[in-house]
Amino acid sequence: MLETVTTIVLLLMSLSILICFIRVIKGPTMSDRLVALDTIGLNLIGFIGIIMIVQRTVAYSEVILVIAILAFIGTIAIAKFIEGGVVLDRDRN
Amino acid sequence: MIEIVISIFILLGGAFSVLGSIGIIRFPDVYGRLHAATKSATLGVICVMIGTFLFFLVIEGEFIGKLLLTILFVFLTAPVAGFMISKSAYNVGVKLWDKSIQDDLAKEMKRAERKTKQRS
Repeated sequence: MLETVTTIVLLLMSLSILICFIRVIKGPTMSDRLVALDTIGLNLIGFIGIIMIVQRTVAYSEVILVIAILAFIGTIAIAKFIEGGVVLDRDRN
Repeated sequence: MIEIVISIFILLGGAFSVLGSIGIIRFPDVYGRLHAATKSATLGVICVMIGTFLFFLVIEGEFIGKLLLTILFVFLTAPVAGFMISKSAYNVGVKLWDKSIQDDLAKEMKRAERKTKQRS
């Protein structure tokens, strides 16, 4: 039973990533693309979590953490870049 | 029995993820899309992670703290990322939807500008 459910949910996750990718290509502004890329990162975390259940291994738990951190930092960096063109501003005033 | 609980959690997570993606492609402007993305996709990922944690805890008999750490991290950082995206979109000048009724932030920003002018 768990095999059927994991297959169905893997299909749902791939469908979700595909839909987000359509928005990445289509999006009229840069912010739309950023929202869709952030959601693709979140969906990848769930995808790998289900692959852990399918393969019955613990090895991917670090992969999940690293993807979560990279998606967050990448989103923050691109948002700052869109706003001002600089990622780290040193204006202390 | 525990398989049914795990299946319910995982199916809920997949359904929330697909709903969030449909929201991303169907909403009319950036702020609406953020509304779909940061709430629904986060809840979906948290549901899937709880299912995976229960699977390894009950069926395989291992306690994996990293999955709990992932849940906490996603729960903390997804709102921050959404806030940063919306702030940068507003400052760059992305338009609201045509049928949006009110824009409170514009009023507040005008008032703040007036205050700084009076001070200087």
